[in-house]
Amino acid sequence: MSLGRNEVVDLQPLVKEADVVIVGAGVVGCAIARELSRYDLEVVLVDRESDVGSGASKANSAIVHTGFDAHPGTLESQLVVKANWLFDDLARELDVPFKRVGALLVAVTEEEKEKLDQLKATGEANGVHDLKIIGRDELLAWEPAVNPSALGALWIPRESLTCPFTLTIAYAENAIANGVKLLLETEVEEIMVARGEVRGVRTNRGTINCRWVINAGGLYSDRLAQQAGLADFRVTPRKGEFWVLDKAVRLVEHIILPVPTPISKGILVTPTIDGNTLMGPTADNIEDKEERAVTAAGLAKVLEGARKLVPGIHPSQAIAQFAGVRAAGNAPDYLVGPVANLKGFINACNIRSTGVTSSPAVAQLVAEVLAEQGVSLQPKPSFNPYRQGIQRFAELSWSERAALINKDPAYGRVVCRCETVTEAEVVAALHRNPPARTLDGIKRRTRAGMGRCQGGFCTPRVVQIMAREMGVAPTSLTKKGSGSELFVGASKCLLTEQPKKETIGKATPASAGSPLSDYHSAHYRQGTLASKEVG
Amino acid sequence: METVQVDVAVVGGGPAGLAAAWKAREAGAERVMLVERDFELGGILQQCIHPGFGLRYFKEELTGPEYAERFIARIREAGIEVKLNTMVLEIIPSGAPSVAPECALMCVNRQDGVLSIRAKAVVLAMGCRERTRGAIAIPGERPAGIYTAGTAQRLINMEGLMPGRQVVILGSGDIGLIMARRLTLEGAEVKAVVEIMPRPGGLERNLVQCLHDFDIPLLLRHTVVEVHGRQRVEGVTIAAVDENSKPVAGTEQFIACDTLLLSVGLIPEVELCRGAGIEIHPVTGGPVVNEWRQTSMPSIFACGNLLHVHDLVDNVTREAEIAGREAARYSRGELRAKPEAIAMVPGRNVRYVVPQFISAWGEEEVQVYFRVVETEEDVYVVAKLGEQLVARKRQMRVQPPEMVSLRLRPQAMVESLRKLVELKGISAKDLVCRIEVEPHGQN
Repeated sequence: MSLGRNEVVDLQPLVKEADVVIVGAGVVGCAIARELSRYDLEVVLVDRESDVGSGASKANSAIVHTGFDAHPGTLESQLVVKANWLFDDLARELDVPFKRVGALLVAVTEEEKEKLDQLKATGEANGVHDLKIIGRDELLAWEPAVNPSALGALWIPRESLTCPFTLTIAYAENAIANGVKLLLETEVEEIMVARGEVRGVRTNRGTINCRWVINAGGLYSDRLAQQAGLADFRVTPRKGEFWVLDKAVRLVEHIILPVPTPISKGILVTPTIDGNTLMGPTADNIEDKEERAVTAAGLAKVLEGARKLVPGIHPSQAIAQFAGVRAAGNAPDYLVGPVANLKGFINACNIRSTGVTSSPAVAQLVAEVLAEQGVSLQPKPSFNPYRQGIQRFAELSWSERAALINKDPAYGRVVCRCETVTEAEVVAALHRNPPARTLDGIKRRTRAGMGRCQGGFCTPRVVQIMAREMGVAPTSLTKKGSGSELFVGASKCLLTEQPKKETIGKATPASAGSPLSDYHSAHYRQGTLASKEVG
Repeated sequence: METVQVDVAVVGGGPAGLAAAWKAREAGAERVMLVERDFELGGILQQCIHPGFGLRYFKEELTGPEYAERFIARIREAGIEVKLNTMVLEIIPSGAPSVAPECALMCVNRQDGVLSIRAKAVVLAMGCRERTRGAIAIPGERPAGIYTAGTAQRLINMEGLMPGRQVVILGSGDIGLIMARRLTLEGAEVKAVVEIMPRPGGLERNLVQCLHDFDIPLLLRHTVVEVHGRQRVEGVTIAAVDENSKPVAGTEQFIACDTLLLSVGLIPEVELCRGAGIEIHPVTGGPVVNEWRQTSMPSIFACGNLLHVHDLVDNVTREAEIAGREAARYSRGELRAKPEAIAMVPGRNVRYVVPQFISAWGEEEVQVYFRVVETEEDVYVVAKLGEQLVARKRQMRVQPPEMVSLRLRPQAMVESLRKLVELKGISAKDLVCRIEVEPHGQN
């Protein structure tokens, strides 16, 4: 983290030997890495993407749950309930934004109102003892934007907000600072097994010998298990679509939850820790683990569900929509622990939608499992639990701002106007470990591009800083890794590629005789694109 | 923290800010300071390297940078202080305990750190921003290769970066049309400009010069219903829309492309205004102003695309000159009180009117600007106080992309006012002036 300018942290060289290889640098894998970095172990964390937290961890409702609604008696309920209590210390140690705003589970119909008692009882069975049912008047006094025909609500004071990007990155930064090796763009292709024991992992970049593999592969944890010869569960991607509203619209102060149905937890409306309003998600099982498309139907469904709770929401207040995919397995509960017939392979998967919350408790459990399996966990005296985040200019007072610019003038240049992100913060994001190497990496570390103009203003500026600091041409920069190049080349590059005349005047894709080729004579008429590209 | 004291501070160094600062100085403000967040003056004009600017104001055709340069030269000659690379983060209006009776602009830059500019009057000229994919909720994946047209323009013309090879442009606003031509000249293939409305969103001349002359198809009543491609855009699905702008099932067509440019509207950049408690108009999206471009905070004036989105820079300049001149007057104490005002409201086929108020007993001729809802041929545009006609102008054609203006003659207004006030016994305070379009022959 003390890298000088123009020094790029590129892909770490492959490590040949380790004690433990954690596969998957999502929030769960990174939490495990940080937990294991307390001990005298060689730990390697691998991920096939170009940044940590690139899967399910980057797109969710960012809530730290209490576990009030978990199925009592499950591992999920135990770990979620436990993890919620861990967050105060965790957030302080890792400098992660965390706010106990509380949730209101709102009953809109009589039928829903009757369920509140039962939900309270479930919560208490899970060890969540601070629940309270409030009436309509109290609810509307707390949250004036909530549906005026609401009948009451269950108050869940410890439901909390965090930032899932920062949490994942903070785990990874702290793990690395404590000696964990992170290997990005490293895809595990085979778990090497001999005589019923793990011997290592073969990746696209070579082989790492190790005796312990932790399967934190999220959506791909089933495939990883299969690579180890275990085929006892399957992960079904479950897509959830969300809307993000402008910060100028501050509708609610608490997490507003609907009364769940037997099938779904339903669509919630919540403030985010950064002051936006978030609504969603849908819950649709899909086939393709890489699908992140939002759909007109899904977005309409979210809007409808959100308006049931907060009628004042309007789509014109939106600044973004996104879809996240949670790893919903066919197993009924979390799978955390050793597997039969393969020594050294530890699952930390099927974490479904509660991974952001449960991550610190899952990590502790994995450490316990390793100890039970005979791994010697010697505490490392040099372990430092603290991590300092990038100082956020936007959150400082005027005198703190003045002092900071005095120290580093790059704090005096605002590159993202919507979120008030300065050049110094972008530079910092590029020189930490793991560094941001993509535009999305910068966005998730600094919020540049997350505001109402969605990068319209800051993209050219951030690109300049990235190219300068990374010592690369801007044309090599990507949004989210290889294949997502931001530019096709420098201006004029297309003119030297092909004779100019071929392009000008023949700019339509339509073949001769199609309605479009008559376009010139027909002037600006409404047309259709009938051609071989029509699908 | 640095503090400077000025007579007039202008926020934004684009065409509006340049003209306002220059005019404020010319109107006698001694110390004028212009604050710009970018590295040079000129604003968006610097990326508009095409011609077509200045036909009305300079009576000659200039490119954006040439138009800007003329005002930058005036700024230099007038000795106006310019703060570049300086971002205003907060406006504390006059009357606030910490700064009364001035306004304070809280800014940051590399040299001064935090800078507090205390001004007797402020002109806001922050321009506008482009609507994004998120604002219109286009379904599909979220790959690289989706840019707003203005961002793409900056990338190509100022940063030297080519955003794509095969492009679909959603929206036929002027920037979208200009970019269709620009991309073609850069060797890219613009496959179509897709417009959800039944009519184009940009100026007629841009339709001809940017699409027609380059054989670029314009698909009216169509929109993009899905973005394909996970890493980089691989194509879009477009569809026809019905009269409610909803896609019609079965009309979907796939267009292969690596880039989607959005030209789907501009929104005044009013966040600083909101923070300062300035009243915002629900239709223009900009501050509510009177004929002096004075906002609901009397010491703060507004002009340019911050006030309402213009089609011609020449009109921006004219309006900014008013704001600059009146800010100078305010800074000298000549324009303190807000007099009784007549509300200017949209009537038949009018979407909005700027300014929203004019003083009831003002002596100067006032020009009001407005946009129509629908295209109409051979009409009168009229101003009515109650049922009294106070101004009328014949116009061959009115259409939504082109701003219309109407001069209100003060004598006629005062005359009508007096009649109404005396005969009907109503207060000038309640007076409402309706601007509307009337078909020819009705009056």
